[in-house]
Amino acid sequence: MAVALLMSCAESYPQVKRLDFGKITPQAVDFFRSVVGEAAVVTDQDDLLFYNEDQMRKYRGQSSLCIKPKTTQQVSEIVKYCHEHKLALVPQGGNTGLVGGSVPVFDEIVLSLSSMNKIRSFDHTSGILKADAGLILENADNFLAENGYIFPLDLGAKGSCHIGGNVAANAGGLRLLRYGSLHGSVLGLEVVLPDGTVYDSMNALRKDNTGYDLKQLFIGSEGTLGVITGVSILCPARPKAVNIAFLGLESYEAVQTTFKRARAELCEVLSAFEFMDRQSQWQAKRFLKTAHPLAQDDPDAEVPEYPFYVLIETSGSCKEHDDAKLETFLESIMEDGTVADGVVSQDESQLRTLWTWREGISEASNMDGGVYKYDVSLPLPVMYELIEVLRARLDEHGLRSVSDASKPVVDVVGYGHIGDGNVHVNVIVREYNKTVEKCLEPYVYQWISDHEGSISAEHGLGFQKKNYIGYSKSEVEIALMKDIKSKFDPQGIMNPYKYL
Amino acid sequence: MSSKIRILLPVKRVIDAALKPRINKAQTGVEAAGVKFSINPFDDIAVEEAIKIKNAHKDRVESIHAVSIGPNKAQDILRVALAKGADTSTLVDVKDQEVEPLQVSKILKKLQEKYNSNLIILGKQAIDDDSNQTGQMLAGLLNWPQATNASKVKLNADNTVEVEREIDGGVEVVKASLPMIITTDLRLNEPKFVTLPKMMKAKKKPLEILKVDDLGITLENRLETVKLEDPPVRQGGAKVGSVDELISKLKELKAI
Repeated sequence: MAVALLMSCAESYPQVKRLDFGKITPQAVDFFRSVVGEAAVVTDQDDLLFYNEDQMRKYRGQSSLCIKPKTTQQVSEIVKYCHEHKLALVPQGGNTGLVGGSVPVFDEIVLSLSSMNKIRSFDHTSGILKADAGLILENADNFLAENGYIFPLDLGAKGSCHIGGNVAANAGGLRLLRYGSLHGSVLGLEVVLPDGTVYDSMNALRKDNTGYDLKQLFIGSEGTLGVITGVSILCPARPKAVNIAFLGLESYEAVQTTFKRARAELCEVLSAFEFMDRQSQWQAKRFLKTAHPLAQDDPDAEVPEYPFYVLIETSGSCKEHDDAKLETFLESIMEDGTVADGVVSQDESQLRTLWTWREGISEASNMDGGVYKYDVSLPLPVMYELIEVLRARLDEHGLRSVSDASKPVVDVVGYGHIGDGNVHVNVIVREYNKTVEKCLEPYVYQWISDHEGSISAEHGLGFQKKNYIGYSKSEVEIALMKDIKSKFDPQGIMNPYKYL
Repeated sequence: MSSKIRILLPVKRVIDAALKPRINKAQTGVEAAGVKFSINPFDDIAVEEAIKIKNAHKDRVESIHAVSIGPNKAQDILRVALAKGADTSTLVDVKDQEVEPLQVSKILKKLQEKYNSNLIILGKQAIDDDSNQTGQMLAGLLNWPQATNASKVKLNADNTVEVEREIDGGVEVVKASLPMIITTDLRLNEPKFVTLPKMMKAKKKPLEILKVDDLGITLENRLETVKLEDPPVRQGGAKVGSVDELISKLKELKAI
């Protein structure tokens, strides 16, 4: 293999100690084989690398066993066995998580849901989709598209991530502004609890006020309370007309003004409002290697000098109506100088191209060697300040340079969902490095806490932010969470070393 | 013939190339209700090329006149052509009627005469009917030279044009003097985004709307679509457990 192996989590984080779980025995492996069949048990070290390592290549576990069950019953039998023998487990979806929550830390068994990928049912009248947890998000959305519906969640990793993983992480994504969070759209779940019991609320109704709404506990639980095996979700009708405007702006104030005006003037057709700083576009250009939408005349031209870019998406049912609305809006913000330049998609392929300049930033941030990601909620007025503060701090410590390869950090880029008060801060590095990490953490969490933000808006806590929950949650809240965890999972076998 | 170049730029509004068309229930055509329409991608390339030629030879290109034959909504794609750099435009409003390539060519001939164009650049085919006939028929009607499927266009100082065409295993270069017709292929250029300020300015550019009667043409179709059908659904493959099983299956199917 050309790429050097990562240091394992155990080596990189010596302060984390393996807990007193059982070891995987040959008898255990035989038992799992008898449950799921020979082909669905992975023990080959090379094959296991795929399950041990996260997509950012930042965290690597040392599991010697991955099981790929095909039915809920099989998951139940596996978990029951683990419960009886106190074996630790990591439920894994598409492994696209960004906080190291989906990979083992030590030798936890990886329970991959990738073979549970079927659509169970779809109701054409209500729009309720019931599916296995391992269904890939894009496949779910393509299926819904054929039926005139849309999955209420969309994100850059849609081609690999699983809907079960999305629910476990309570993913937010690009359509949250329009369709709200999964806490609203998920109607029911099927979950294998840490003792093997199956919790099933798949037939839940939209309105049901009988007792505690238990499914909410699993949404965003990151696999610490059980293994999600089935999802029932309410899907909205698919908009027939979609438009994208991609704009260049002179200041962060202009971004806020544009957002305020877009909300008021585009109103019900506004479906996404994303902002990107120039540095993020510079990085995306290095990755995409094509002409920037606002510098079309010369494919080699630099990204134009606007410090901020905004992508606005409208979705509605009537193209003429949406076009007219968007046109009026764009004309008025161009004329009064809020927006300096911009383009509008003329066809589907342009629409997709424009989205790549936003969605491609995540992958582009990884191309130099690694990336420290901070996914934070902050009040809008101070949102971008965080990026400026971090750049200044890294410069003070002499760690950042775009051109000088001896510095560990390339740059800090900021982009995200203005509409949801959520900014993604990517510290692009040439290599993962303890000095950089110490310079950033816990400083960044303290700054966020001081400015009344959340240290994790949509990526979750996982392994990366386990120790920092205190910056966003009170002692009372944390104590309650710990109680819930020990009630569901007294032995702590589900996704240990993470979350709390 | 004056040495100035006047480009005629025919563009067609078609179902967006990135969408999967569906056959309507009556099986007489493609479902058009609630579907996104855009400029025919080959015509988009023609627009881009016309603008490129104009920008490279500002003193020699007098005008670019875009024209579309289609429903009233085809104004949208004319606006885009104007925003990209066409100077004037005409919509020949035929409502939702299908117009066959020969009729299209006859209409375009009239417009060529009206605007005294001496270079016509258009897509090699429209992606809805895939006829690939209009450019050739128009060349026949006008008795002009034609360079089809262009992958590179070079305008010389003596008003000759060299056009490269991709052929099996190589490139063919054809050369002709104006007036001439060029039809565009995919690799000729990459269409660009049009900026908002240009879109706003384009609103003030001329867009005339004509009926076919105004041009002295009566539309008559010679072809009748009998029926449209989806291609048969591909049968899924099957997995076999062993080589022996594979061989016996193949024998069963008389494949070996």
